[in-house]
Formats: sequence, structure tokens, C-alpha cells
Amino acid sequence: MTTTLSRIIKYGLQTFQRNGWVSLATVVVMILALLVFHFLIIFDVITGQIVTVLNDKIDIAVYFKNEAKEDDILKLEGALADLSEVKKVEYISKSKALDIFKSRHKNDATISQALDELTDNPLLASLNIKAKDPEYYAIIAGFLEGENLSGIVEKVTYNQNRGAIERLSSVVGTLQNFGLVLTAFLAITAVLVTFNTIRLAIYSNREEIGIMRLVGASNKFIHGPYIVNGILYGLIAGIVSLIIAAPLIIWASPYVSALMPELSLTAYFTGNIAGLFGYQLLFGIFIGTASSVLAIRRYLTI
Amino acid sequence: MEEINLKIKPGEFVSVVGKSGAGKSTLLKLLIGEEKPTKGRVIFGSYEVNKLHPKDFPSLRRQMGIVFQDFKLLPTKSAYENVAFALEVDGHPQEEIEELVPQVLDIVGLKDHQHNFPHELSGGEKQRVAIARAMVHNPSVLIADEPTGNLDKINTDEIMKLLIKINALGTTVILATHNDHIVNVIGKRVVSMVDGRIIRDEEKGKYVIA
Repeated sequence: MTTTLSRIIKYGLQTFQRNGWVSLATVVVMILALLVFHFLIIFDVITGQIVTVLNDKIDIAVYFKNEAKEDDILKLEGALADLSEVKKVEYISKSKALDIFKSRHKNDATISQALDELTDNPLLASLNIKAKDPEYYAIIAGFLEGENLSGIVEKVTYNQNRGAIERLSSVVGTLQNFGLVLTAFLAITAVLVTFNTIRLAIYSNREEIGIMRLVGASNKFIHGPYIVNGILYGLIAGIVSLIIAAPLIIWASPYVSALMPELSLTAYFTGNIAGLFGYQLLFGIFIGTASSVLAIRRYLTI
Repeated sequence: MEEINLKIKPGEFVSVVGKSGAGKSTLLKLLIGEEKPTKGRVIFGSYEVNKLHPKDFPSLRRQMGIVFQDFKLLPTKSAYENVAFALEVDGHPQEEIEELVPQVLDIVGLKDHQHNFPHELSGGEKQRVAIARAMVHNPSVLIADEPTGNLDKINTDEIMKLLIKINALGTTVILATHNDHIVNVIGKRVVSMVDGRIIRDEEKGKYVIA
């Protein structure tokens, strides 16, 4: 058994080397396919990040009337925090609001002066609410605008930038769907091209396969080297595509970061390199093996 | 092919003769399972070849050595590797292969060409590699389908000498040919075929044009 296995591996390596041009062509096709996957993954990461950033920008602020008691506000804060739709509630008291306002305008002399002259704090206390999903904002807004809170609530700011954000979200959503379709389309193309290349490689060896049968080689003995070949294709293509993609990603990273400071492609890439490589390897090995198995079957009947 | 009733005993040297298209090759292909009969039985030792599943062919074919007109060597393997392949498929240990293959290549006179690839060898040399491959695993039967069809007279004689030598060592040899000269010279059993039928079967026969 081990003798057979070692012979199969030996022949796999030998075929790979002696059919140099066919091997090269197959590996190049697989590299191209894997590169396409690389960039689709990156595309997905970028659009995903855009959605996250946008969603993070949405929140609801409730401003309370001057006469509203802090106890009532804190009670409402507790009630909101208990809602399953709510991710985070932040209470900003009148004095805190003033601090924020002051620090934001500390370089503006007129405003600072004007503030100093005030005896009364004109700012309102508020709660900033973030929902777990953008869809929940409508529900939360509805709750805050309800009758039973009308006594303390001055206004709910949600509607102002909602339109813009929703439109952006839907654009990004469409983009992601488009990316998904593109990924599926290119994945199928890559699989078919790779499959066909391997099939042609085996077709060019069909006579040899027949000879092996006539000399008394069992199917696994004929088959095995092609699977070894397929694994080798996947391994080399996986490594090379990573080597090609890495500098491109690192090169593009600052440009992407300039647009979206929250996203570092380089960090994403180095953080996920094992996973990326693993998937590619699996893909390479799977497609190499499956193509060989499917392509060779018909020549094993002699 | 019709009404074929042929029995070959162990150790015999049988020549199957006839014009191209008479059914010689088909007869041999039936024996190795490359073709299936529409009716009738093909028995090889304990195998009923016509009922074998393709996955059982390997074990059948390891009992035989097959030589073809077009050599059928593996083009990406050297002479040595081609011969070794017949042992490797059978799971022979490496030491045995390293010992046997050079011996057999020596018998067929190719000791100096072990590491040449088929495209670097002449027709006669290729056929000798093929014979070495067909005999290295010590099969009980050697089947040769027009082994000299692509060779000149000198090489033909060399190949025939080899086949006779192999037969003398106890291996059954079944030879299909349309070369009347070689059949007449060896003077062994001759089965003559015309249009898919056996018309003559003689011990120490001659190739008679029907």
C-alpha cells in the first residue's frame, strides 16, 4: 500500500515535471482564477466596511424639554437600554452638552465670549441612541415620538439625515449584490476554465492512459498521479497568486485608507492571510482533483 | 467473427495468420478484454474474460504480456521506466525491480539504452523494450499482435528469435501476423483466419494463402 502510494506520488511529480508546458498553462489559468477571487474578496471587504461605517453614522438623538426631570430621562434611558433593538444609549446632560459645545468652539473667540456672558445653560439634555440594525430606527423613533413621552421630549432628530443615509445604504447594498453576482459569475468561469484546461491535459494523455490499462495498471494507479498533479497545481497556484496579490494589496491600501480611514487593507490582508491562503489551497486542490477525476473517467474503460 | 472455437494449451507457440481484416487482432483483443464478444465465451485460465468488469482487467492483464505493432510505450518514460512500470503496477518491491529490469533489458539487448526515451530509440529497439516490458513480470502468456509489422527484416528476425526464446522458457506465445516468411521459418502451430473464421488449424503449419 505504501509502495503504491509512494509510486503514485512519484509519478505525479514526474508527470508534472515532464509535461512542463501543460502544467505551466494549467497553473497560470488557476493563478488567474485565484487572483480574481482575491480581488472579489477585497471588494467585498471594502463594500462591507462602507456599510458598517454608514450604519455607524446613523443614530437618533432625543432632546428633552428644559423642564424635564433628570430622573425621568434616566428612567427612559434604562427603558431604552432594555429594548432588544437598541445597541447603545448615551445620556448627555445639559452641562455635558455645554462642555462638548465649548470644547468644539474653543478656538472661536466670539462664541466663547458669548458663552461666558450667559448665565443660563441654553442647551438641552439629550439621549443618543444607536440601534443594532438601521431598520430599527423607525421603530425607536416611533416609540420616542409617542404620546406618553410628549411631556418631556422636545424633539427627535432622526429624519434629517435619514434620507441621505438610506439612499447611500441602498446604493452600497446594490453594489454588494452586484459583487455577489459578479463573484458567482467569475467563480463559475474560473472553475470551468480550470476544469477544461485539466481535461485537455488529460485528453492529451489519453493514449498513455490506455497503455497503462493494457499493461495491467489499476485505476487508482492511473488516477493517483493526476490527483497528485491536481494538488500540486492548487498548491503552486495558491502560493503564486498570494505572492502576486500581496504587493498589490499593500500598494492599494493607503489609497483605500485615504477614502475610509477605518479600513486598512494591509491589516486585513495580514490578519487573514492564513484563511485566504487556506481557502485558495482548498479551492485549488478541489478543482484540480475534481477535474482530474471527472476528465479521466471515460478513458478508464478499456 | 463467427464460429471461433480455439483452444491453446500452456507452453504452446501459436501463430494466428491471415490477411489484414481477417480478424486476427480482434481475436487477441477478445482475449485481453479490449473487445467483448456479442455471443460466446472467452476463457483465460480462471478468468471468464467476456464477463469481466473493467475494474477486473488489471489483474487479468498482469497474467499476460502484450506486445503491439505500434509498441505502445509510455512516451514520457525512459526504457527502464517503461519496463519497471509493469512491475510497479503489480506492487513489486523496489529492490526486485532494480534487480529484474536491467536483467530483462540485457536479455533483449538494450542494456546500453536503459535511460533513453522512446523517441530516442529505433523501431526495433522500441519493440524490444515492449517485449522486455511484456516478459518482465513473468507472465504465463505473451500475446503479440503484429509485433514485426513496423520493422525491417533484420529487426523482424531479432524479434522472432526473442519470442522463440521466451517460449522455450515455458511461456505460451500467441502471435498474430501476416508475415508468411516468419511463420514458415518457425514451424509451430498455425491458425489461419479468413473473414472472421478459422479455416485451418495445424501443428507445424505453414502460412498458406487461402
